Amino acid sequence: MNGPRAPHPAMAAFGLLCALGLPPARSWLEATMTTHMLIQMPLLAAAGYVLGRAFTPSQRAALRRLVGGPTPYVLLASFASSYWMLPRALDAALVDPLAALAKFSSLPLLVGMPLALAWERLGIVGRGFIWTNFFSMLAVLGWLYVAAPVRACNSYLVADQYEAGWWMIRLAIALFLAWLAGLLVGRAPSARPVRYRPASIPARTAP
Amino acid sequence: MSRALQISTLVSLIALAVYWWGTDGFRAFTAEAARRERVLRDPRPLPSVTLEDQDGRRFGFEDYRGRLVAVEFIYTRCETICRSLGTAFRRIRDHVPAERLGEDFALLTVSFDPRDDRTALQRYARTHGADGTHWRIARVVNAAAIRALLDAFGVIALPDGLGGYEHNAAIHLLDRDGRLVRIGDIEEEPRDFIVIAGLAP
Repeated sequence: MNGPRAPHPAMAAFGLLCALGLPPARSWLEATMTTHMLIQMPLLAAAGYVLGRAFTPSQRAALRRLVGGPTPYVLLASFASSYWMLPRALDAALVDPLAALAKFSSLPLLVGMPLALAWERLGIVGRGFIWTNFFSMLAVLGWLYVAAPVRACNSYLVADQYEAGWWMIRLAIALFLAWLAGLLVGRAPSARPVRYRPASIPARTAP
Repeated sequence: MSRALQISTLVSLIALAVYWWGTDGFRAFTAEAARRERVLRDPRPLPSVTLEDQDGRRFGFEDYRGRLVAVEFIYTRCETICRSLGTAFRRIRDHVPAERLGEDFALLTVSFDPRDDRTALQRYARTHGADGTHWRIARVVNAAAIRALLDAFGVIALPDGLGGYEHNAAIHLLDRDGRLVRIGDIEEEPRDFIVIAGLAP
């Protein structure tokens, strides 16, 4: 069953979720569009990813078999994450407690966790597809926010929207370059090869 | 059909349904658009508040019963969007047939800035040509009621850190029963507004 260290990532993920849900953390991270979209929401998804990784490999395999492979999980994650890119959803998460609850549960459970279940079964093409889609969506959304003549969110100032847009573009470029660099040296930055290396193959740095 | 395909189809259908529900049938992607859609579907009664106009007269929305009212929200220090709002109101006033004005239709500009006193309202009225009869500039007497009023209209005014506000600007239409029935764009042609409001000759 579970190894002795297995519960730790799950506890860390729960801890992160609870910390993000605390009112001071919420008001701090939701005060600007940039921290809301580029720090709080990714952290929520990351907590879900860690939760997903906390399943044992055989449990993850069983959860994949349940839906016939990794694809449905990828699809679920992209639909759920896209929803929170809608300016209206962002506004609602700030003023409507139900929408806030939906955000705090869907980003970990419908974005991060499904990605964790799917990721290890995706080849370079699958991962490349997800990454390139993510970069382009981030860049296009950022550009829209920078160029939009209107305020997309009633809860954020135009200057804030503009800044968030620029950060999205910067982040998209930085992530794209990192991903490209990873490809050129033979591994994607997200792949974390050490995680997937079978225990029988010693690390290069081992004596 | 493989299991993955079946589940993927199911996920897509559910996602489409959620998106449909979350955007009012792919029409409202922003909270502002949603607010406008909602009012069209569900005319909204307004809270009772006491307003005071540029001449110091106190009144409420209920005093307009039986007439159509166009309402906009401003603060008088505003140098940007509120000027456009003032211009939009003046154009509407100038296009409404004279016999309907006052009898059947009135314009009301409401300040949400507690700092705006009667002098500030008078200055704004002079700048934009509001006569105080057909078009009144008003402030909320009890500053604590401003929030409830803005909430009822769906207006969000955020302090911009420079002593002003950023706020969603629109032209709100109240029907003869005093309900909010339509939220229109300030860029809309006055002629279109008048036709939609049923004020065309």
